Amino acid sequence: METKVFLELLSNGKGISGYEYPLQSTIISAFEEHLDDVSVDKLGNVIGVKKGTYKDKENNIKIMLAAHMDEIGLMVKDIEENGFIRFTNIGGIDPRTILGQEVIVHGVEDLFGVIGSKPPHLQDASEQNKAIKMEDMTIDIGYPKEKVEELVSIGDPITIRRNVKDLLGKRIAGKALDDRAGVAALYECMKELEKIHHEADIYFVTTVQEEVSMAGALVSSYSINPDIGIAIDVGFGATPELPKSSTIELGKGPGITLGGNIHPNLRKKLVSIAKEYNIPNQVEISPGPTGTDARAMQITRDGIPSLLLSIPLRYMHTSVELLDMDDICNTGKLLAFFIASISNENLEGLLCY
Amino acid sequence: MLLKELTEASGVSGNEKNVRDLIISEIKDFVDSYKIDRIGNIIAYKKGKDTGKKLMVTAHMDEVGLMIKDIDNEGFIKFMPVGGIDKRILVSKPVLVGKDKLPGVIGAKPIHLQKPDERTKALNINDLYIDIGAKSKEEAEKYVSIGDYAIFDSEYIEFGEGLIKAKALDNRVGCSLLIKLIKEVTDISFYAVFTVMEEVGLVGAGPAAYEVDPDYAIILEGTLCYDMAKLDTHLIPTYINKGPALSLIDRTTVYNKNFRKRIVEIAEKNNIPYQFRKTSMGGNDSGKIHTTREGSITATISVPCRYIHSPASVMSINDYNNTFALLKEVLSQFEKEEI
Amino acid sequence: MNINFSLLKELVGIYGPASNERAIREYIENEIKEYVDEIEVDSLGNLIARKKGNGKKIMISAHMDQIGLMVIDIDDKGFLRFTNVGGISPYISISQRVVFENGTVGVIYHEPVDDISKLKLENMYIDIGAFSKEEAEKKVSIGDICIYKTDFEENENVVFTRYLDDRVGCFIAIEAIKNINNPLNDLYFVFSTQEEVGLRGAKTAAYRIDPDIGIALDVTAHGDTPKAKRFAIGLNKGAAIKVKDNSIICHPKIREILVNIAKENEIPYQMEVLEFGGTDSGAIHINKEGVPSGVISIPTRYVHSTVEMASKNDIINCVKLLIKFLENEINI
Repeated sequence: METKVFLELLSNGKGISGYEYPLQSTIISAFEEHLDDVSVDKLGNVIGVKKGTYKDKENNIKIMLAAHMDEIGLMVKDIEENGFIRFTNIGGIDPRTILGQEVIVHGVEDLFGVIGSKPPHLQDASEQNKAIKMEDMTIDIGYPKEKVEELVSIGDPITIRRNVKDLLGKRIAGKALDDRAGVAALYECMKELEKIHHEADIYFVTTVQEEVSMAGALVSSYSINPDIGIAIDVGFGATPELPKSSTIELGKGPGITLGGNIHPNLRKKLVSIAKEYNIPNQVEISPGPTGTDARAMQITRDGIPSLLLSIPLRYMHTSVELLDMDDICNTGKLLAFFIASISNENLEGLLCY
Repeated sequence: MLLKELTEASGVSGNEKNVRDLIISEIKDFVDSYKIDRIGNIIAYKKGKDTGKKLMVTAHMDEVGLMIKDIDNEGFIKFMPVGGIDKRILVSKPVLVGKDKLPGVIGAKPIHLQKPDERTKALNINDLYIDIGAKSKEEAEKYVSIGDYAIFDSEYIEFGEGLIKAKALDNRVGCSLLIKLIKEVTDISFYAVFTVMEEVGLVGAGPAAYEVDPDYAIILEGTLCYDMAKLDTHLIPTYINKGPALSLIDRTTVYNKNFRKRIVEIAEKNNIPYQFRKTSMGGNDSGKIHTTREGSITATISVPCRYIHSPASVMSINDYNNTFALLKEVLSQFEKEEI
Repeated sequence: MNINFSLLKELVGIYGPASNERAIREYIENEIKEYVDEIEVDSLGNLIARKKGNGKKIMISAHMDQIGLMVIDIDDKGFLRFTNVGGISPYISISQRVVFENGTVGVIYHEPVDDISKLKLENMYIDIGAFSKEEAEKKVSIGDICIYKTDFEENENVVFTRYLDDRVGCFIAIEAIKNINNPLNDLYFVFSTQEEVGLRGAKTAAYRIDPDIGIALDVTAHGDTPKAKRFAIGLNKGAAIKVKDNSIICHPKIREILVNIAKENEIPYQMEVLEFGGTDSGAIHINKEGVPSGVISIPTRYVHSTVEMASKNDIINCVKLLIKFLENEINI
């Protein structure tokens, strides 16, 4: 499957934090074509393994790649007497980005709904300068209360309804590209690895619940206990309103994070590989814990040397997140070449401080 | 479904061509004459029995939208609103730019990089821009020009218990009703007028009314609906699923009481549900029509639409059907010279 | 089901602020030891009681610690300054009585303030009626923790008292221990410590037990009082089955099993979507390789005040739901 087709399936798919299971089959069937084994763990992480070529199968080194499959979303918290739904957010949502949005309420069945807005005719001018709070918004699924109560329960997850939009060149916009773009990069990487010799066993993990607790990365890195953990997430893409210093640019390759969450020597190796293979990349600076799966991996068990690659993404945590497919392709390639450069022999040296 | 085609067509005020072409292709075989006047209105005449009174039924073709005003050095596209748009509904939405409907998105600053109090303030139109994925100004300019229009990217969907979601229900629902009227009413003469630029100040209606010079005019609209729970009932302009809304007063017209009473009688006699539009806010083509030349008697009959002027407005199929049924009865009373 | 609320009355009255849970632990140990197969205490002070079975290994956690106030300074006149152990509100604390482990009683008051809405704990003090620093120091040392002191009240509908959070969870766990014979599943009842300061006891207990499934029993908030913030939980509407709070999104399967059990057994229940807070399951579900976890919550008004109120029917329904869940064969 084309990586872009895979990404579209994922982005259009539905899986807020804690309720990622609708995505499992798409990921499993795509991964299975390229990996030796794919399984699902107790919290719903999908874990695929590609065995390396090292002779001593029992004592081979392990590299874990983690990209989170969950997306931010909403959840039913109450039902009004006229059947409108009150909701809360799962993960960080700017309430200003959801007014007038179409949603799918995942009740007994998937139900179309609209987050209503007040007609401008009924507002006074000053009203429009205030953002509407989430607690004052409702979802209209077009049924009377009795029917809504048959179809919807408090606690049902809600996703924003949005299909991927093809923009100019290789750029696309859609929801949940944070971090399904990372999952697509894993996919790109595993396809690339079929062409190259690699010694290490590679664990491709699509993690759950990154947006709320990093639970997926915590438990999967515990069970895999890798020698190196690499998170693939998204980074703030440059736009006019953001300071240049806190962003990376679209189309210029993955950001390679630098900072306390990142193993310094492994990072050097990664940068040198990018240089060797002429893969564009950028620096992303994050002094403390990164708030990504790389953070979760770093502190698991006795500590896991970690790396973080960030795919540039504009308008993060909106439903029109925008990226350049070239960046995903380059991220996958860089990962593959980096993986191929790690051996049982050179790993210890690389991890030396 | 005609309403689907109509709502998905592009017709921001001043740029109604797409909608106009669609309407003409629908009605041309069912009218005795039609023309496009000098500012873009469609004026069609359907001949039937002469009732001695000149009746005009109108619906405006245009919708609210955006107009491109600048392309910045990095290829981001600045715009201004056309018609009444709550700027707050623009954020995080896909749009279609220009004649060829080029996809773009209106993004927003990541929540991670905001200070908490930023979220309490609405974003200004000047802070927003459309991103079409261009890598430079030059690339963007190949596809987009200043002055191009943009519309919401929003498909027609049926959902819930007989509801429809679409953009531009205000006022493609009126257009749709009027087209259906043209196709189904054969026994009475009337002028069917599709006007331009209602949303930017009732521009098309005046000249059209001047040309037709009607005795009676019925204005078909998709109107405000805000039937929220816990709202005082006098603050609810209309309800979904309670039938066509008859206007009492708005900012442009105090409606003729006798004409309204007659319509109410017709509704009641035929067991057609109806409601009154209980707000004086908003206005429509009636404002121009009833004051043109020597004046005319007008009534506005509307289908209630939730969330109008947003990408996702909502109406009920029942209301649509009841509105049509009422219209048809009202016209047939003209035939009997009973109005 | 015959439920003896006098045990609940006892439980809320026993001293046990976070990190000082010895007295409550000993009380509970004594109460349950005849009903369990194994009982042990770990290094954070968690009481872990096992009822052996051959099915799934289930950790049931109710925290026995409570919020309190720790003395950080004793001034020359014998007034005590304090900091909070867990979530203590300055407004709720005004003019409350407190009691130390050794029985010393005091009262909380505040310095004169112009604007009461700006009141902070640092402007408050505990007066134990001592006339000098020396006298105060005989009764209280820096580092001692006191707890609120109020009476237990009840009527036919509700109980209202200090520290339903989370002695009512302990109460439900004890009732389950007493009422389950020959368990199908392998049950580890944990009376956890230091929940109020960050789910710390549950974290180490989960690591030690390494359960297949985790269930926490804790109080939740309410949305059924005048002008309450919207929250679809009310008293006397049944056991609450948690969907989420800020510490966990409960495993959908556990949630589903709990709902199905409630339906099958006609146990009234309500779904809980809590927009803040956390409980022991938050720590349990990320233990080791991951533990599918859920929470049975007791709808409670005025949590973290001295008059926490819960419905007796809800408590009974929580007990029923827990027992039916634990007796069930569970497939995740």
